[in-house]
This record gives sequence, structure tokens and C-alpha cells, in this order.
Amino acid sequence: MNGAIPGAQRLRAASAGNRVLGVLIVLLIALTLGMDQLEPLFRALFPDLGNPLYSRDSFLNLMLAHIGLVLMSSLISVTVGVAAGLFVTRPVGREFEPMVSSLAAIGQTFPPAAVLAIAVPLAGFGFAPTIIALSLYGLLPVIQNTIAGLGTVPQATLEAARGNGMNRWQILRRVELPLAMRVIIAGIRVSVIINIGTATIGSTVGAKSLGTPLIAGLVGNNLAYVIQGALLVGLLAIVTDLLFERLERRFSFGR
Amino acid sequence: MMLARSAGDRLIGNRVLLTLLVAAFASAILLPFASLSPNRLASGQPVMLWQALPGWQLTALALIGLALLAATLARPLPQRTSLWLSLIATLPLLGLDFFSLGDYAHRALVDASPAARVSQGATFWILLFVSALIAIDALQRLRLGLVKRALFGAAALVVIGVCFSGDLLSPLSIMREFANQKDNFVDQLVRHLLLVAGALIPALAIGLPLGLLANRRDRLRNGLFSLLNVFQTLPSIAVFGLLIAPLSALGRAVPWLGDLGVSGIGVAPAIIALVLYSLLPIVRNTYSGLAGVSPGTLEAARGMGMTSRQILWQVEIPLALPVILSGLRIVTVQAIGLVVVAALIGAGGFGAFIFQGLGQYAIDLVLLGAIPTIVLAVIADFTLQILVTFSRPPGTR
Repeated sequence: MNGAIPGAQRLRAASAGNRVLGVLIVLLIALTLGMDQLEPLFRALFPDLGNPLYSRDSFLNLMLAHIGLVLMSSLISVTVGVAAGLFVTRPVGREFEPMVSSLAAIGQTFPPAAVLAIAVPLAGFGFAPTIIALSLYGLLPVIQNTIAGLGTVPQATLEAARGNGMNRWQILRRVELPLAMRVIIAGIRVSVIINIGTATIGSTVGAKSLGTPLIAGLVGNNLAYVIQGALLVGLLAIVTDLLFERLERRFSFGR
Repeated sequence: MMLARSAGDRLIGNRVLLTLLVAAFASAILLPFASLSPNRLASGQPVMLWQALPGWQLTALALIGLALLAATLARPLPQRTSLWLSLIATLPLLGLDFFSLGDYAHRALVDASPAARVSQGATFWILLFVSALIAIDALQRLRLGLVKRALFGAAALVVIGVCFSGDLLSPLSIMREFANQKDNFVDQLVRHLLLVAGALIPALAIGLPLGLLANRRDRLRNGLFSLLNVFQTLPSIAVFGLLIAPLSALGRAVPWLGDLGVSGIGVAPAIIALVLYSLLPIVRNTYSGLAGVSPGTLEAARGMGMTSRQILWQVEIPLALPVILSGLRIVTVQAIGLVVVAALIGAGGFGAFIFQGLGQYAIDLVLLGAIPTIVLAVIADFTLQILVTFSRPPGTR
């Protein structure tokens, strides 16, 4: 994309990016562990509130619960999504490719919050509907990008690999997957970022997450709770996105 | 591999259809078609397909199933005939799915207490879903033109419309909830649409010039895109939440803004957040649409003596339009979904039903918010997709 930037300048941009990422990670950890220390600040900002610091659960617990929700659902999405993408790009499953592709495209027009709401009559309240909604929704960008990524591998490259005497499995593992990896990771990135957001709303259906203080604050008119939850979840999303950006760069092979 | 066998001696001609049929059949014998509950909030008893449907409806369903099964075979029907058969068969399948549910509800509630409710079960949804997938697959394989596809869509809508007209479905729990909320429902629908429009208009007014600027000034581009990307990354509810404090302070500090309705909760933070979310796709697509215009074309336009203003309006924008409209498609669908979340800060819209329903454990109310939102998003997506297609130069559609 930015092929016009000379190497030195790109290097400088990358090291500035590293510094930003480092600062944000430190901030995320410090706020998660030390939000309690900011109580005087919140008390000064919101003098009318009797209790300006969310204390029904520690922020560390909420953060771990949130990461747990996202990690678990993303693991399901990535496993099933990559497997499905591989299946429909092999000769055995090629027939299913148009339908799976259009399903992934149509499914992504469904609003995540509505999908979460519909999971409730199917799975009840709590952890289960959130995991179901998150993994189903997160599946779609992974499938889409797996298909797209494998589709970008040039026919001539595959031909050459076959000419070198590689078998199907070797071609997949040593040629197709490495070349498609950047696009697949971009799909996982979209899926994880959406899931971090949807897990936040998950607390309206009873799953513990960083959304819990946020929603409690909105319902109970406690702005301090809202800010505490929103800051942490916002930081988590930005840090995750930047980490994925770096991961994508590692697989860009001079592109 | 085994697939090296020629198409001529294969038994199954359409494995996708077969898979869908197997899924529908498995669901029909394992999962309930409907549920019957004593009142609005109690959980219901499952009712299986064969318990809910009288003999003639089961026979009709079996006949449709057999026709579809025949369409999966490689012989004797020619491939296109099979595809047409499977496409047409989805219409009675769709109709029967709705009709049987409504018909069952009428019969089940005849001698039940007035509080009793009938709801749709998993098999109802799966049959609906499977019909849609069969139709999508058949439409793709038949490679029908836009007109024929639209005609089929219209036929499906007529079938659904007939089911919803009259009082076939009125005894269903969700339709009773709808009847109770009718005025409110229309209000929330209008509110939902107004919020989407209220966000998209300023987003376009800001995003289109920014996209043009990004195209003209290379230096600006990377910084602008990274900044806008940050907004796309942040969870919507966090942005809504973080806007409350500054906006309520602003509303208090500047009285005329407060009079205009700028306050911490409600419409103002919702619109601001939605605009921030919409900017990236609009700016990015405007930029890449303009960047996609070939230098040769611009050269030719300049050679014809067009001014740079004429080149912009008569060459660049028309050529970039499909890509810009694709951006609009993305943000419209996205905004319809984000408005749901905005209900949590009191902006209204269908999300109000969802969160009110979740609070009361009233599932029908949840669905009354969730299903129309999904329908709205799919309709918006489809409409804008048609617009994108027609904005392309003839011959490239």
C-alpha cells in the first residue's frame, strides 16, 4: 500500500509505532491493576456520586473474564472458519464455495447486537449465548478471508510447486497457507475486534465482562462506572488491533 | 482422488442441496417445531413437527421433500431442470412453514386459557433458513439475471405477505406482542431510521471531502486513516459511554446547545458516535474510488481541455461512484446495527425492545426488536447493492 515510502522512513514509522504500542500496553496493565488508586480523581470529577469507583468486582477479574470470552469464541471461530475455508477451496468441497461465501456475506449484514439477542431464546442467559453469538459472528470474516487469501495464490505458483514434486499436503502447508496467511490474519483481526465489542454488550445478557461496570453505570446513572469500563475496553481493543497489525506485517513478504 | 470419476456416472448431482435436505430432516426429527406455554413469561413445552401438523400438511411437506430429493440426483432430470425445480419448490416450502405454524397455533389455543402462548421453535427457523439457502444456491448456479432474481424475490415476498395478511399468524406469541406494541413499534422504526439518516448525512458531508483531500494530499492520508481506524476499533458502547460526560458538560455550559437537545444521553452522543464510525469506510472508499481512475483517462480529459473542476465532476466522480456507493453500503448496514446499541444510552430505536425484553426476560419482545433490525439491515444491504450495480458503466455489471 505504501510502497512509496523509502525503507528508512518506514523503519522510523515502525519504531514510532512500537513506542505507541508499548505505552498503550503499560497503560492498559496499569489501569487494570491500579484503577482503585484513581478513586480521588473520580471523586473530584463526580462529587455528586456516593460511590465513584466500581467495586462489585475487581477490574482484573473483569478484564480476564472479557479476554476469556473473546479468546474462547475466537478459538472456535478460527478453527471452524479456517477449516471451512480450506474445505470449500479443495476439490472435495468446491461445490459448496458459492453458498458458503454468500452465507458469510449475508451473515455479516446481521447486526452483532441482534445476533446476541437472538442467542438468548436458544441458550438462555449468561455465558453460553454470548459464546455462541460471538463464535458464530466471528466465524464469518475468518471464512471469507480464508477463501479470499487462498484465492490470491497464483496458479503458476501452484503449478511450480506441483512440478517440484510436492504433494497436496505439502503444497497446502508450505505454499498456500504461508502465502494466504496475511489475508487470513486480517480476517481474524476483524473477527476479534468485533468480538471485543460484542462481548461488552454481552453483559446485558448476563455474561461477565468489561461491559458489566459500563452497563451498570448506564442503568444506575453512574458516569464514573461508565468511564472506568469504557476506558479499559477501549484500550483493550486498540492494543489488540495494533498487535494484529504487527502480526500482519510479519507475513507481508515484501508486499 | 475419488472425484476423478466423470460426472456421467455420479449418483448425486447436487451435494449442496443434499446436505441442506439432510440438515432440515435431522432438525425435523430432533428439534421442536413450536412451543406451547401457559403465559407470556413462562418457558414453553416443545411440540414436534409430527405432533403439530395434521396428516395432509405432513404429506405435502413430504412431497416437497421428495421433489427436492429428486433434484439432488444427477439423473434423470437435466441439471437446469433440477435447479429450477429446487428453486420453485422453496416457495411452497416457505408457505407451508408459515401456514402450518399459524394453523397449529389456532388449533392449540382453541381450548387453552387466554394467557396461553404458542411460539415458533427451532425447526420452524431451520426450515425457513434452509429454504432461503436452497434458493440462494439455485439462483447462483442458474446464473439468472438481476430481473429474474428480483422476480423470484418478489414471489417469495408475496408468499410471506399472504401469510402475514389476514389473521393466520395473529395467535402467535410474537404477533400478539406486536399487536400490543403496534404504535410503539412504528415509533421505534421511524426513530431507528431517523437516527441512521441523521448520522449518514453529516458523515457523507464530512467524509466525501476528506476522501477527496486524502486523494490529493498523500502526506495527509496515512495519518487520517490511522486516526479514523482507531474509532472503528473502539467498541460502540464504549464510545457512547465516553461521550456522555463531555456532552452533558457542554449542554450545561452552553445553554442554547442544551436547548437544542445536546445532552449526555439520548440522540446527541448516538449521532456523534455513529458519524465517527461511518467516516473510515466513506473516506477510504472515496479515496480508493478516486485513486482507481486511470492516469490515462485523466490525461485524455485534460487533453480535451477540461478544467480540473470539470474533470472532478464529469470524469473522476462518475468513475469512482460504484466504490463510493459500496462504502455507503457498508456504513448504512453498520449504522443500522449500531443504533441497536445506542438504545442503551436512551436513543430509542429497535434496540429499546431488545434491552427492555432482556430486562424482563420477555423473549418475544427481544425478538420483536432483533428480527426487524436484521430485516432492515438485509433490505438496506440489498438495495444499496442494486444501486452499486447500476452505478457501474454498462457492460461491467
